[in-house]
Order: sequence, then structure tokens, then C-alpha cells
Amino acid sequence: MYIIIVGAGKIGYNLTKALIAEGHEILLIERDRNKYHLLAKELGEAIFLGNGCEVETLRSVGASRADMLIAVTGLDQENLVTCQLAKLLFVVPKTLALVNDPKNEDLFKSLGVDLTVNTTNLISALIGHKLNVHILMPLLTFKNLEIVQAEITDTSPAVNRQVKDLGLPVDSLLIAAIREGDAVLLKGDSFIMPNDTIVALTTREKENELRKIL
Amino acid sequence: MKALILGCGRVGSMLAKLLDENKWEVTAVDADPNAFVSLGDSFSGHQASGRISDEEVLRNAGIDSVDLVVVLTSDDISNLLVAQIARQKFGREKVLVRVRDPIKAGAYRELGLQTVCSSDIELEMILKEIGIKSKKSKGGE
Repeated sequence: MYIIIVGAGKIGYNLTKALIAEGHEILLIERDRNKYHLLAKELGEAIFLGNGCEVETLRSVGASRADMLIAVTGLDQENLVTCQLAKLLFVVPKTLALVNDPKNEDLFKSLGVDLTVNTTNLISALIGHKLNVHILMPLLTFKNLEIVQAEITDTSPAVNRQVKDLGLPVDSLLIAAIREGDAVLLKGDSFIMPNDTIVALTTREKENELRKIL
Repeated sequence: MKALILGCGRVGSMLAKLLDENKWEVTAVDADPNAFVSLGDSFSGHQASGRISDEEVLRNAGIDSVDLVVVLTSDDISNLLVAQIARQKFGREKVLVRVRDPIKAGAYRELGLQTVCSSDIELEMILKEIGIKSKKSKGGE
């Protein structure tokens, strides 16, 4: 795949390296000249000096043949506009924006960004998990659907019960349990065990209800 | 009629004063509290300082009840975010937004935003003075 990444911060830089290693064609756009020169030594032609919000930049990097554009600058407005321009003018099939302010997440989706990653919520969830606060960790979101992960402890309401008896909300589905390193698909008669990591699909509206049940 | 002017620079302050004189209820918002000096003493509207991309700032400035929002900071990208917040989150129908880049102005017009592009207007005026007909600039491939 040809993937354009905008913003050579920690996320953009590491993502570029990881995706190149996977065999993808990557172009990382960075507008800061110093940062560009520093990284160009290592990344060579995989990094491009330019402003990702400018149509000219997107044109020069051949955005119209990109399979995906990922905007991961520190500014929400730039990530939004870059994704919108990519979709509107270059018909990039898939766009992903990093959302720094959680309040912008729904807005970005309603404005045509295909995927959003909300670092603030992710990090809060991770910290909550470390502190043993019972919390659902978002893994992936599509429109208003989310794939979330939840840790089961001895004190979780769902522990040692069967999936069919949990009274799950209609719009939620438990997909699998990660148990001692193996993934076990969950059916109605499966039991939830202590130390399971549950992977579930839910709508955003039912997320809270699901969290209480688990 | 109520208007919210976001960005109180030269154009923002002039517009705020004109609307105020025409009996509109005007609120001007700017990140820089010193910006309101340009409204002058006769301005009877409201002023609020704060980041215009902050929804709380917009709500406190009364965005829920205004008939018109005009976004006029010098930053195209922020303007585009704020204009879309005003439309999408607060359901404002009349939102005018300054976009200096003619290509973006054209592109977002296609998305239904009412963009105002001063570069286009300046270019038009210069071309007219030197007698060259302009092609309407348009975004896209």
C-alpha cells in the first residue's frame, strides 16, 4: 500500500519505520525544516519537506494514488483539514486523524474522517488500567462502533458467569477472551474467567452499560 | 439579530462595529484581550477573550442563540475547524468563514461552507486594474 503520513513527531516517525518494515510504501510529510533534515539522514526519500495542509504538498506527493492518509500532527485542526482535503480533492479511500482533544472525536467522524485515534482517552484508559480502575479500553473505532478491551478480575461482576446470563445490551457483542495467552472465541455458554482479557464490540452509546456488566 | 464575530482584528472589529450600529446584538471573541481596543468606545456589544476552538468559549459567548457566526482569525486551518464546529456541533446555519487560500476556499465551498476568500478578491481587483480577465480560481486536481 502507498500510505502518506503527516507529522514527523514521535508517532509519525515510529509509524513510518514500522510500516516501511512491513513492506509498505510510505511518505512522511514534515514542515519543520530542522526536523526534516535530522530525519532525512535516516529516512532518505521516505520523508518530504512540506505542509500537509497545503493542497500543493499533497499534489506533489501523489496523494491521488495513496491508499491511505494518516494525519498525526499535534494540532487537531491540521489533522482534520489534511484528511478532509485528501478525501475531497484526491479521493484518498481511507483517512485517519489523531485527535488530541477528546471533544473533537465525534466531530471529526461526522465530518468525513474515516478513522480517529484519540490519544488522550487511550492514555487515560491505560493509566486507569494500571491503577486497577475498571475501565474499557478502546482498541478501534468505526463510525459509532467500537472494539474495546476489558480486564476481568476476581471482583468483576461478570466473573465465573456464562455470556448468555450477563444481560448484555442488544448492541454489544463479546468476541473473544484472551486466556493464558490464547484467544478463545466466546459463545453463549462460554464462561468468563478471572484474568481474562475480553475483546468486545459495542456501540458508543452502550459502552457504559457494557462496562458495568463486565 | 444576534451575531458572533470570532477574531477581532481589522475586519472583525469593523464588522462588529457596523453590525452594532445597525442594532445587531454582537459578541466579539479574540484570544488577545487587547484586540478589543479597536472596537472603540461607542461599541455597545459584548466581548469575550479566549481560544475560539474551545467549545466552552463558544458556548459562553452565546453561540447557541446567534443568527450569524463569522470566523475571521488569520489562521485558515483554525477557521475551518471552528466553522465546522459551529455548523456541526451547534447547528448554526449561517456561518461565514475567512479562508485566505483560494484552493481551500473552493474545496470547502463544495462541502457547503460559506467561505470568504480575500486573496481571490485582491487578485480580481489587481487584474481588473491592469486589464486582464481572471479565470475563476478553483480547487482540486
